Amino acid sequence: MSYSDFVRQYLTVALMGGLALILVGALLGVAGRILRPDRPQGQKYLTYESGVDPVGSGWSQSQVRYYVFALLFVMFDVEAVFIFPWAVGLETFGAFGLIEMIVFIAILALGLAYAWRKKVLKWV
Amino acid sequence: MTHVLSSIDLAYWQSTLIKLIVVAILVPTTALILGIVFLFKVMSWMQSRKGPQEAGPRGLLQLLADGAKFVQKEDLIPDKADRFVFKTAPIVVLMSTLLLYVALPASQHLVVEDLDVGVFFALAVSSLSVIGILMAGWSSANKYSLMGGLRAGGQLIAYELPMVLAVVGVVIQAGTLSLNGIVQAQANGAIFGFSALGNPFILTQFVGFFIFLAAVQAELTQTPFDMPVAESEIVGGYQVEYSGFRFLFFFLAEFATAFVFAGIAATLFLGGYWFPGVDTSSKIYWILGPAVLFTKIMLVAFLIFWVRFTYPRFREDQLQAFAWKWLIPIALVNILVTGILKVVF
Repeated sequence: MSYSDFVRQYLTVALMGGLALILVGALLGVAGRILRPDRPQGQKYLTYESGVDPVGSGWSQSQVRYYVFALLFVMFDVEAVFIFPWAVGLETFGAFGLIEMIVFIAILALGLAYAWRKKVLKWV
Repeated sequence: MTHVLSSIDLAYWQSTLIKLIVVAILVPTTALILGIVFLFKVMSWMQSRKGPQEAGPRGLLQLLADGAKFVQKEDLIPDKADRFVFKTAPIVVLMSTLLLYVALPASQHLVVEDLDVGVFFALAVSSLSVIGILMAGWSSANKYSLMGGLRAGGQLIAYELPMVLAVVGVVIQAGTLSLNGIVQAQANGAIFGFSALGNPFILTQFVGFFIFLAAVQAELTQTPFDMPVAESEIVGGYQVEYSGFRFLFFFLAEFATAFVFAGIAATLFLGGYWFPGVDTSSKIYWILGPAVLFTKIMLVAFLIFWVRFTYPRFREDQLQAFAWKWLIPIALVNILVTGILKVVF
C-alpha cells in the first residue's frame, strides 16, 4: 500500500469525525429550528434539582473516592499499548519474545499486587 | 448483481461520499433496530410485561414516534450551564460512535476503511465517548450530572483495561491487528486439523469473549453497570439537563455503539462476515457478508441485552473491585496462556 493510500485512509477517518458535526448541525440547527417551538420563560432555565430550587452551585465539591484508580489506569493503559506490537509479532519472536513478555507481565502484575496490598483497590 | 458491485470503480471522493452517506443512514437505523427488537420486544417478554402496543403494527413504530416527539421539544439550555461545552458534548459522543463504524468490515471490500490497525483504532476511538460524557456531566452545572459524569469516568477507565487486554489474546492468535485479517485468520484456521468450520476464536478465547462482553456492557453504561445513569439515585446522571434533540443524540449514540460493539465482538470471536464453507475472497460476500454479520451481531446483542434486562445494579465499589481484582488479572493470565500455547504449537 502506498503512502498516499495510507494518508487517505485517515483522511476518511477525519471526514467521518466531521460527519458528526454535520449531522448534529443539520438536525439541530436546520431541521430542529423549523420544527420546535421557542417560548422563553425564566423558570425553564433553572437547574433541575428534583423540583425544589437549587441550593448553592452545581459545581459542588464532592469526594471522588476512586481517583487513585485513574492514576493506576494511566500506568496500565500505556503498558497495555506496549503489548499490542508484541502480540502481532509473536510468531517471529518465538520463545525469546515469550520469555520477555512473561517478565514484562510479571512486573506489571507485581505492580497491581502492590497496589492491592497497599489497599488502593479498597473503597475508602 | 455481485459482479456488477465488485466491478464498479470509483474515484476517492465519490466512494468516500457514498461511505459517509451510508454510515449516516446506518447509525440511526441500527439504533432503531436494537431499540425496537431488544429494548421494547425482548425486554417486555423477559420481564413479563406488555411493552408498547399502540403506535403502528404491534407497536413497532413507537421509537419513530418518540423521535418525532423529541424533535418538537423546545431546546433548553440551563442558565448556569457552560453553554459551549454543553453543546459540544453530544457531538463528541456521536463522533466516537461514527468513528467506530469506520473499521468494521461487512465483507472483504465492504468496509469504510480497512485500517491496518483496525482493532486498535476501534479501541482507541471507543474511549473518546468518555470525554463527551465527562463534558456533559461537568457543563450541566447540576449536582446529579456532575456525579453521574464522574461515576461514568471512573467506570469507563476501569473497564477500558479488561477490554484492551481481552483483545490481545485474539491478536496473538491472528497475528494481525486488521479486522479483515482477523476474520481471514478465523476462516483459514483449523480445529485439530478439522478445517471445515475454520477456527472461530470463541473456541480458544472464550475467557477473552466473556471479559470483552462484560467490558462492553460497562462501556455502554447498561445495567448491571449503570451507576452513572442510575435513575433511582441520581435521576439520569449526565443526561439530566439534556432534553429534546440533544438527549436523542445520547440515546442514538448509546444504541448505535451497542450495535457496533456487538459487531466488533462478532468479528473478533465469531468469525465476522465469514460463512463456513465459503472462501472469504468469494464475490458472493458483497451480499452474504452483511447478512451473516448482521445475524452474528444480533446474537451477540441478544447476550448483551439479556444481561441488561435480568441483572440488578452493581454498587460502585463492587464495580471497581470486579474490574481490578477479577477481570484484569484473569485477562493477564489469558494473555500469557495464549502466548505460551501459540509458541509451543
